Amino acid sequence: MDTELMLKVYPFFLQAAGLTIVLSVLTALLGLVCGALGAAARLSRFVILRFLGAAYVSVFRGTPALIQLFILYFGGPQIGIQLDAFQAGVIGLGVNAGAYMAETIRGAIIAVDRGQTEAARTLGLSRWQAMARVVLPQAARLMVRPLGVNLNMLIKATALVAAISVVELTYTAQRYIGSTYKPFEMFLLAGVLYMAIIYVTGRGVAWLDRRVRIH
Amino acid sequence: MAQNQPFVDIRHAQKSFGKVEVLKDISLTVERGQIVGIIGSSGSGKSTLLRAINDLDPLSGGEIWLDGVQVNKKLPHRQYEAHINALRQQVGMVFQHFNLFPHLSVRDNVTMAPMLLKNLSRAEANRLAEEQLDHVGMLERIEYYPSQLSGGQKQRVAIARALAMKPKLMLFDEATSALDPELVEEVNLVMKKLAEQHMTMIIVTHEMDFAASVCDRVLFMDKGVVVEEGPPQVIFKNPTQPRTREFLRKHIEGAS
Ligand SMILES: Nc1ncnc2c1ncn2[C@@H]1O[C@H](COP(=O)(O)OP(=O)(O)O)[C@@H](O)[C@H]1O
Ligand SMILES: [Mg+2]
Repeated sequence: MDTELMLKVYPFFLQAAGLTIVLSVLTALLGLVCGALGAAARLSRFVILRFLGAAYVSVFRGTPALIQLFILYFGGPQIGIQLDAFQAGVIGLGVNAGAYMAETIRGAIIAVDRGQTEAARTLGLSRWQAMARVVLPQAARLMVRPLGVNLNMLIKATALVAAISVVELTYTAQRYIGSTYKPFEMFLLAGVLYMAIIYVTGRGVAWLDRRVRIH
Repeated sequence: MAQNQPFVDIRHAQKSFGKVEVLKDISLTVERGQIVGIIGSSGSGKSTLLRAINDLDPLSGGEIWLDGVQVNKKLPHRQYEAHINALRQQVGMVFQHFNLFPHLSVRDNVTMAPMLLKNLSRAEANRLAEEQLDHVGMLERIEYYPSQLSGGQKQRVAIARALAMKPKLMLFDEATSALDPELVEEVNLVMKKLAEQHMTMIIVTHEMDFAASVCDRVLFMDKGVVVEEGPPQVIFKNPTQPRTREFLRKHIEGAS
């Protein structure tokens, strides 16, 4: 193993890891927004919204994220969507992650005991008040861990944008392999950095989960 | 509306879940200040009837009137929601499993609805909560969370939460059934105190002694119909219907 080479190139990998983190954060934020909207649609009392929510979830979970990215980035211009690789990466991955998060959020909401809504409605709270004051605060606590799983998947899925030439961690590794012919070292370096990102994120999620847990 | 219409007036209530008819043409009236007990075996429709009164389980047929207002009147969705929300503020409900809000302290369990719905200030709501919690003997636990309370304490807080909305009718659905036997009495005492203050109450219960001691009238339900109703001394001592006798015999045997 060429450790000397690894030490020489690792600052560039660190920089690329920075972009992976930026991608992950933006993707997670967009995913949360799409997920919240998707969950709200799936729980709506209007059948058309329920249908749209279900369609969103099944289309984006039912096709490879890579194909979704390719359609957006390579196919987009054909239907008038011009995005650079980074934008396409964030939007493609974010909308994809949102489909998974929608199911997580919906699952947490329906896991809150029905009796909670009943008690709130019995006091005279409206549907929305019962949701905002009673159900969501409890569901939010239930969704921390499963959203953490979504986040873990999403961070790893950012590697896909290497395929549309965003210079993040995986793409950087591939580029250095082109010049050094050392795939083992380069992918190992990328792998270690992914693991570090995921480890720190996982600790953060565990911390948050402990903090919000109901006494 | 008729001047002398009963306070609670249930007319030909009918309810089906799918093909199963759970309430079959039930009519029932409750006067202001009256305490009505409902007994009957599990699955006879007691909860469904109680939950129809505040529209948690809307009827399939028939009418429910409360203080001259029809609960289940036909209205467009938005108007119906507003109508029901206003009505529910006047009807307190206590559940078998308490349904306290676990993420809120005892104080906030009690203050949430008055603050949201009656625009009370934090200070006013606090005063109200202290008063209601004192009433049920839970004032010293005001900063606790529900998970730190015993079942009997939870149920007393649930009663205070309902009373904080100043309801004119209280519905109890087996309020003591989920409690350890030694915790039943503290909840019963709170309910008796309410009875002395002439709160109108409809109480679904499995406790025959309690029903006999607080209720003005007792209904025996079986398979979605009211088989027999009357003053407790008649229902418990001299029931006329064979089904009532059968139920009481089993129940009293089962209990002893
Ligand atoms: N939401 C529901 N969906 C279907 N069936 C129900 C529902 N709620 C109650 N039932 C049925 O209605 C019948 C009466 O239930 P319930 O009113 O809870 O009886 P009780 O309170 O006297 O034990 C039971 O057979 C029960 O299974
Ligand atoms: Mg019941």
